[in-house]
Amino acid sequence: MYIEHPLLGSRSIDEFIYYGDASLLKRPVFNQNKILEKFHKYLYLRKNPNGIHSELWFHLYGDRSWLIVERDTKTHEIRNVILANKELG
Amino acid sequence: MIKNKFKNLKTHKNKIKFIFDGKTMFGYKGDTLASALLANNINMVGRSFKYHRPRGIFASGVEEPNALVEIIEDKNIIPNIKATTLELYEGLIAKSQNYWPSLKFDILGIFDLFSNFLVAGFYYKTFKWPSFFWEKLYEPMIRKAAGLGKVSTNPSRVISEKGYLFCDFLVIGSGPTGLLAALILGNSGKSVILMEQDFVFGGSLNRDNPIIDNVSSKIWKNKIITRLENLPNVRTMKRTTVLGMYDHGSFAATETFKKESVKKQYQILWRVKSKKTFLCSGSTERHISFQNNDIPGIMLSSSIREYTNRWQLKTFKNVVFFTNNDYPYYVARDLISRGTKQVSIVDVRKEIKFSDPTISIYKNAEVINTKGKRKIEGVFIKAKNKPILFLHCDTLGVSGGWNANIQISTHTNEKPVWNEQVLSFVQKKISKNSNIKCLGSADGIYELNDLFINTKKEVFKYLKTLNLKSKNIDLPNVNTKETYNIKPFWFVKYGSDRKWVDFQNDVTVKDIQISYKENFRSIEHLKRYSTLGMGTDQGKVGNIVGLGILSEISNKSIRNIGTSTFRPPYVPASIDAFVGFTKNKSFKAKRLTPSHAWSKKNNSEFVETGLWYRSQWYPKKNEINWLDTVNREVLNVRNNVGFCDVSTLGKIDIQGKDSLEFINKIYCNNFNNLSIGKVKYGLMLREDGMIMDDGTTARLDENHFIMTTTTSNAEKVYQHLEFCHQCLWPYMDVNLISITDSFSQFSVAGPNSRKLLQSILDNSEEISNKNLPFMGFKKIWLKNGLSAKIFRISFSGELAYEISIETQYSDVFLEILEKEGKKFNLSPYGTEALSVLRIEKGHISGPEINGNTSPLNVNMLNILNFQKDCVGNILFQRKKILNNNLRLVGLLSDNKIHSGSLIFDKDMKMNSENELGYVSSSCFSPCLGKYIALCFFSGGEKYFGKNIIVKNFLKKYKTFAKICSPVFIDKEGKKLRV
Repeated sequence: MYIEHPLLGSRSIDEFIYYGDASLLKRPVFNQNKILEKFHKYLYLRKNPNGIHSELWFHLYGDRSWLIVERDTKTHEIRNVILANKELG
Repeated sequence: MIKNKFKNLKTHKNKIKFIFDGKTMFGYKGDTLASALLANNINMVGRSFKYHRPRGIFASGVEEPNALVEIIEDKNIIPNIKATTLELYEGLIAKSQNYWPSLKFDILGIFDLFSNFLVAGFYYKTFKWPSFFWEKLYEPMIRKAAGLGKVSTNPSRVISEKGYLFCDFLVIGSGPTGLLAALILGNSGKSVILMEQDFVFGGSLNRDNPIIDNVSSKIWKNKIITRLENLPNVRTMKRTTVLGMYDHGSFAATETFKKESVKKQYQILWRVKSKKTFLCSGSTERHISFQNNDIPGIMLSSSIREYTNRWQLKTFKNVVFFTNNDYPYYVARDLISRGTKQVSIVDVRKEIKFSDPTISIYKNAEVINTKGKRKIEGVFIKAKNKPILFLHCDTLGVSGGWNANIQISTHTNEKPVWNEQVLSFVQKKISKNSNIKCLGSADGIYELNDLFINTKKEVFKYLKTLNLKSKNIDLPNVNTKETYNIKPFWFVKYGSDRKWVDFQNDVTVKDIQISYKENFRSIEHLKRYSTLGMGTDQGKVGNIVGLGILSEISNKSIRNIGTSTFRPPYVPASIDAFVGFTKNKSFKAKRLTPSHAWSKKNNSEFVETGLWYRSQWYPKKNEINWLDTVNREVLNVRNNVGFCDVSTLGKIDIQGKDSLEFINKIYCNNFNNLSIGKVKYGLMLREDGMIMDDGTTARLDENHFIMTTTTSNAEKVYQHLEFCHQCLWPYMDVNLISITDSFSQFSVAGPNSRKLLQSILDNSEEISNKNLPFMGFKKIWLKNGLSAKIFRISFSGELAYEISIETQYSDVFLEILEKEGKKFNLSPYGTEALSVLRIEKGHISGPEINGNTSPLNVNMLNILNFQKDCVGNILFQRKKILNNNLRLVGLLSDNKIHSGSLIFDKDMKMNSENELGYVSSSCFSPCLGKYIALCFFSGGEKYFGKNIIVKNFLKKYKTFAKICSPVFIDKEGKKLRV
């Protein structure tokens, strides 16, 4: 597998580690009602799509950037790759 | 003829001596083991997997199901090597396998008589009968009988490397298609790699010997190869087998090198990334199933042709062919032109366009049985409405048609489609951005002329889509045209004796019928129930025959049945290739601490902690055992002063104007009150509320911090911080960098530590209690001109400091420390003493931060700050965590306690229901003269001061211990504040 790094171009999977669903970016805001349930949902309840999946990859043996990779779980086709910190601005 | 060959051989410089089954033989340079064996009139080379039937060389390449041999090199045995692809080398020692006591007389051949019991699904059925039968009878019996070669347990001597290749175009296979495609692609100027698994280029050209452009195929081939090798953008690689295709145009391939001697063998595992790959892997002939079609002397017709044309063998003197297509007629012509006297063809087709007075042709006829046991003696044939006829022969060539070698193109799960014209699976019509395209006979185009036309057309068409130009080249003109004209025919119905489909796994037509009858009808089920195509040859000759048979039994077209999935590797690959150089000493990296050389000089024993090698203890001559040493080291810290290299702790430099806010979100305790020049203990949680790590963080400046982590979590914490920064709070102005390797850090601990350090500081520096109080930080100058950071922190519970120096100056620091240290009884201490010191003090470490513990378990509820937003403090409030009643306590005992032991009330039965906790860390405390331990205990305060039972089920002991506070010495913490 190769990931098209937004800054570094096509890089081999050897340089990355997989972390999980990109929904981990949507950490609940502190001081809300039902905060415990919200955190529970955030941390444990994930979608497992048969198709396009947004996931987090860490360029561990590279520039240590966190990437959001849109990957088709059926074909492994990678649709889009962005830096995670760009997602939130 | 063989005799003549040997006569020549004696003077021939190309002769190669080798040993097979203990007999010395000779072959030629360019031989495979199989061609050399056939030249030496050896045909039977092994016994079959299940029934131990005699088996001979069946094919001439990677499709070989039978001729698997062991290679013996000193004490090393490499099993299951295909004789048909093994390049002969001087001194080769090979052995046939799968028999006992000898190849000719194999006692296990008795299984042949029990064949009725060993049919499809046999293995599964034995599970249903009484377990006694399985344990005492079937399993030992199957284990003894089944299986191929034996694995050697000695370390491999193959020298393996790994490499990466990048190209625009990868061409797999160097037959007529591959050569033409590579030439056109090469002329475009883009980078091209051509890979050939054989040790010569040319593929089927070496076998079929066509005349192209009025010259022999050998001359034509060499001309193209020369042109390719003159192109600087083309790389040609022999002995390089593509094993599989993976995602995004990546391929794995193994390259081996010509073996000049027994001593050395090299191989490289290549990972290839190509923009587009052309699979020119050709096609493989399949057989036809009939009674007793497995005895030595029966071969694929293409193999007879290859042995005749490529290796010039003259061992085939009286040959019968059995076919459903035109191919064997051309083989027959080649044989006759090379001196074979008797050739007959048994053809299942009614209409045949060939008529040749030198060949006896039997139309509309079938081979119904064979004669011979260890070597074929003749065949029984039956033409429609005619009596059975017996034909003598020394070789039977079988041709059931050709399978396009599409395997690699399907590795990323593209299902192939059945082509009714050529009766083969071919690649489905591909999308424009597919990474791989089959060309030539790998795409089911079997006639050479068509193949050239199509290859040229397709490659130019592809280049056009990329707006690339290539020199026009003349289409190669094939002077010797060969036709195919196949008729579907899979197996001979006549007779009830066994008809083999898969030779390597001993699968017969009957096995397929049984599987179908017992409802294993999907091809994937049938494959596993009957083991069709599950051998090391992956059913290259037998799979499609099996499919054809299933198609007839089930009355379903092959198109609708589909094929089982091809998976990498295309041919067996040694695990060694994947291990590469990462074995023995190179298995993992070695990290040495800055004091490693010093410690080695000072008699240190080292211990591996992750990749690090840390000093465990420093024995002195008079000490009887390690405990003696550790006790001395511990007491010296308590009474005088010791030092320890703690550089392995993770160190993360944090800068930026939001650093403090960031750190406050990472740690669960409050950090807002950390002032410049101070250090604070921090507890880090995972988002689920459990402890991730702990350490200290010093504030160097308004916006500059240094965080330390435990040794084992250094990388994990750094990564966690990167995650929090980039994924959760990217708006924060924070910069992170690991400085673990940039700075060495030494702990100097003990009542004399201040006096010692003061003596190595520059005269202007002062570290009195007032000047550098407990949990203080300072940048200082040492006497010898070194700059250092000094942290007044203590893991041992003594007056202690940690000094941080730029790594490259560690030796200079150690020199001055050692010199001044003599006055204060300084001695180094290792990780074991470090551990005893912290257990005595009740500090948590790795064994307590085991992923299952929360701040509540380690009695740190009071430091948690619930008012702030930090990682983990919400889910910490889960009921599961808050209701957990394990607490860190101490244990005191007169006897040794091991960590991992369980704790029970002395009046209760020792079972899992009554378990009260477990020991996490334990040691002998030289200060108390007792064994002490830290443990997680759920019994509550009522047990304090009372005896409980420590039980270790693994080491099989129990002992009494007293529950006490986890802080064993200096409970008020006076010593570290002096």
